[in-house]
Amino acid sequence: MTHGEDNAHITVLPPDKEKIKKLWTVAGILGVVTAIEFVIAFTMDAGPLKTAIFIGLTIVKAGYIVGEFMHLRYEVKVLFWSILIPMIFVVWMLVAFVYEGITIADGRL
Amino acid sequence: MSSTTTVAPGRSEWDGGVSPMGVSYGKLMMWFFLLSDAFTFSALLVTYGLVRSSHKAYEGAVDVFQFSQAYWPIPEKVFEAVPFLHGVSAPLVFVGIMTFILIMSSVTMVLAVEAGHRMDRKAVEKWMLWTILGGLAFLGCQAWEWAHFIHGADAGDAVAEGTTFFGANLAHNQYGPPDFAAFFFFITGFHGFHVFSGVCLNFLIYYNTVMGTYDRRGHYEMVEKVGLYWHFVDLVWVFVFTFFYLV
Repeated sequence: MTHGEDNAHITVLPPDKEKIKKLWTVAGILGVVTAIEFVIAFTMDAGPLKTAIFIGLTIVKAGYIVGEFMHLRYEVKVLFWSILIPMIFVVWMLVAFVYEGITIADGRL
Repeated sequence: MSSTTTVAPGRSEWDGGVSPMGVSYGKLMMWFFLLSDAFTFSALLVTYGLVRSSHKAYEGAVDVFQFSQAYWPIPEKVFEAVPFLHGVSAPLVFVGIMTFILIMSSVTMVLAVEAGHRMDRKAVEKWMLWTILGGLAFLGCQAWEWAHFIHGADAGDAVAEGTTFFGANLAHNQYGPPDFAAFFFFITGFHGFHVFSGVCLNFLIYYNTVMGTYDRRGHYEMVEKVGLYWHFVDLVWVFVFTFFYLV
């Protein structure tokens, strides 16, 4: 590769050790949470509690990915809430439709 | 690219001239695209929740579970195969490997973004290559997973009285009700298509980096924008993993 000679004017900064360490920490947390999910998957009986734990852990993982990797935690508050608030509709949709499904299963519809 | 321009007295930051959201136009539009994409995936997963909860759940003990059209299958009994280990029951191990691959490629992507902030072209190239490799590895795993799902297990299962069916298509499958395979194809397929387009975009970024486009432009913001997309693909997988494979 012969490109790059004419780019001598570009100043390359040294790696930000602290920031990189933090990113790997987040990666470690994501890995550990996934491992915990695996343990729960095979040691707990199915039921509402198990489902609730899985959803809780998923939200933890989502929080780290969106907050740290996608940097949303450090953005302006207006942007942060513009992305998060519309998600309320999804939560409501999930509750409403799963309730509907259970009603169908019970033969009440 | 945060805007630190001061707002003139008597005017709001929404009156123009500054960026109230504190990000560039391109990044803001990427965020809103991802929001709309999140709605699309939510619609698929919520529909899965509706249809699954409207089917009967398996109520017996897990270790004597058998595939049947009468109830929704337990995912860990469907996804228990690993390449090169024929006949060995390893529930969810392969999908765990896929999850790990995607999380790792998300980490290498964010490292590429970090390198871009420092104008370090060599480091961006390195981390973009790792990210592309991770994406391709994930797609390869998914191809295997699909092939195995479609061809089915050795025994097959009775679809109706007196007929045996192996594997799955959109109309029938050996694992449970027809909707089960249909949702598997649609949800993991739509996600896989996102991974595929993400790999294409990552390659484009890698190419532009090698060609010195971003050095000439003076910033590596494109790496950030495509990075947002790539993290989103990882994010969706976290939810697919939970709702399709674990719950």
